[in-house]
Amino acid sequence: MTGLAARVVVERGTGFRLDAEVAVAPGEVLAVLGPNAAGKTTVLRAVAGLVPLSGGRIAVDGEVWDDPVTGTWRDVADRAAGLVFQDYRLFPHLSALDNVAFGARARGARRGVARAAAAAWLARVDLADVARRRPAELSGGQAQRVALAGALAADPAVLLLDEPLAALDARTRLELRGELRRHLTGFAGPSLVVTHDALDALVLADRIAVLEAGRVVQTGRPVDVARRPATEYVARLVGLNLYRGRVSPAGGGRVDLDGGGALVTAVRDEPPGARVLVAVPPAAVTLHAAHPPAGSPRNVWRGTVTGVELLTDRVRVAVDGAPPALADITPAALAELRLARGSEVWLSAKATETVAYPDPAAAESRPG
Amino acid sequence: MPAAVAVGFLLLPLAGLLLRAPWRSLPHLLAEPAVREALRLSLVSATLATLCSVAIGVPLAWVLARGAWPGRSLLRALVTLPLVLPPVVGGVALLLALGRRGILGRHLDAWFGVTLPFTTAGVVVAETFVAMPFLVVAVEGALRGADRGLEEAAATLGSRPLHTFRTVTLPLIAPSLAAGAVLCWARALGEFGATITFAGNFPGTTQTMPLAVYLALERDPDAAIALSLVLLAVSVAALVALRDRWLRPGVAP
Repeated sequence: MTGLAARVVVERGTGFRLDAEVAVAPGEVLAVLGPNAAGKTTVLRAVAGLVPLSGGRIAVDGEVWDDPVTGTWRDVADRAAGLVFQDYRLFPHLSALDNVAFGARARGARRGVARAAAAAWLARVDLADVARRRPAELSGGQAQRVALAGALAADPAVLLLDEPLAALDARTRLELRGELRRHLTGFAGPSLVVTHDALDALVLADRIAVLEAGRVVQTGRPVDVARRPATEYVARLVGLNLYRGRVSPAGGGRVDLDGGGALVTAVRDEPPGARVLVAVPPAAVTLHAAHPPAGSPRNVWRGTVTGVELLTDRVRVAVDGAPPALADITPAALAELRLARGSEVWLSAKATETVAYPDPAAAESRPG
Repeated sequence: MPAAVAVGFLLLPLAGLLLRAPWRSLPHLLAEPAVREALRLSLVSATLATLCSVAIGVPLAWVLARGAWPGRSLLRALVTLPLVLPPVVGGVALLLALGRRGILGRHLDAWFGVTLPFTTAGVVVAETFVAMPFLVVAVEGALRGADRGLEEAAATLGSRPLHTFRTVTLPLIAPSLAAGAVLCWARALGEFGATITFAGNFPGTTQTMPLAVYLALERDPDAAIALSLVLLAVSVAALVALRDRWLRPGVAP
């Protein structure tokens, strides 16, 4: 088995338990996406050998790095997993060049050889001109690239990035995201990127694993995660209305929602009674002052406006009802409807844009 | 007002030293072989004591700062005891431990024919005993304050603990190590009680500057003042050396 294969189980005294399975093929980039304190960084630290497992197993290219059952343990220095820390952790007393050369020097390479290789790496991240500067004299974006070059120059078996762009300002983040994607593509081994930024995950990763409260709740291609989120957290990140429910025995794609109400969806092949998730983009929800005239198959229900927020070119309206929903409308529509907090409105959503899919959480808790 | 009294109280003796100094005969007094011998002995033994302190004090500071075992705080208290212990008591304790009939000294004498008391090596031992805690405290504080994250980062780059200590930790704590070493050296240079108790007062072998000052005060006050001036100059030099690292407000040592 090549690449990274890990089941990371780490228990802390505080009652927190991390139990996450990640598999990353060589050349593949897996993003671990999740809210703060979900255990994302602990996954990275366990793979790097900075945190011992309480259970599970970590193997890279078939070699076991940590397995508490058999007592196998490979030391941090012998793993040399290329870990780029969130705060970069550059050595303040060394120049950018010597920071990048550190890994080679630690393994006994001669100064001249290590520096020549480091200079080549600095050139690859477009930093040849700051080679002699100390970390304190580098900008955040430069420091990030030096840290990345240092990790890559150490010829790691896996590349681990902890919130690689979180410490940067918005503009630098935008610039570096594309560049980082390029370097990740150029790396032949498995890469694991931890982030709480959906955009980072969507752009950088070939696959996304969503980690919440120590558990992987969804794994999939970015496009699938964005279209069919498995939890409210991901739905909020990618801006979708998400409902849990059960396929109605009445058929016709009808789903009875757990929180009350029902939606006619595009689902056809789920059996009645099956647990499903229903995702509705806010742009697919239309608001009306009165009951809209009958037309194509769609969902119509009543609600009360609880919030109005102006986005750049549209207005996001939060409506409480059965089910509650976010609706994106034009400023003109807002003016016409004279919507404010407390207004009574009718909502409609086209069935064709109301997507239903199996609920992975339900599949997991199914007995047997 | 009390503060002014305090300032005067601290500065007046120093002013007295400077005012009463036999400036004209100073070169002559300091050129005397006995004085030069005491000065040389002081510098050599204080430097050796500092080197010994660095050699064994830094590992001790590491254990105190990074070890996680029960009794660590007790050991820290014991290690810093010489800071507050009257030096004479230290000298007596050293005699009981390393003297010719001491717990360890007995064996040193019997097995290796080594005797420490009343030798120059004894001076170094006494000075190390009294001065090393200064270094240990300074380095331990620096090791606690040093960024452990950088050591982790070094490890993930394939660096083994000893390499990490040499290339990452040591440079990070270098300012504190230097400050601790200067303090240690200055303390060793002025060491009196433990030295005279454990090593005695033999010109050429164990009579360091402070002992020479004390002795000279009885028969030749001018010589005592001259020697004191030299020690004062060395102390001021040490302060200047420390100024950047130690005395700047708000900077952790």
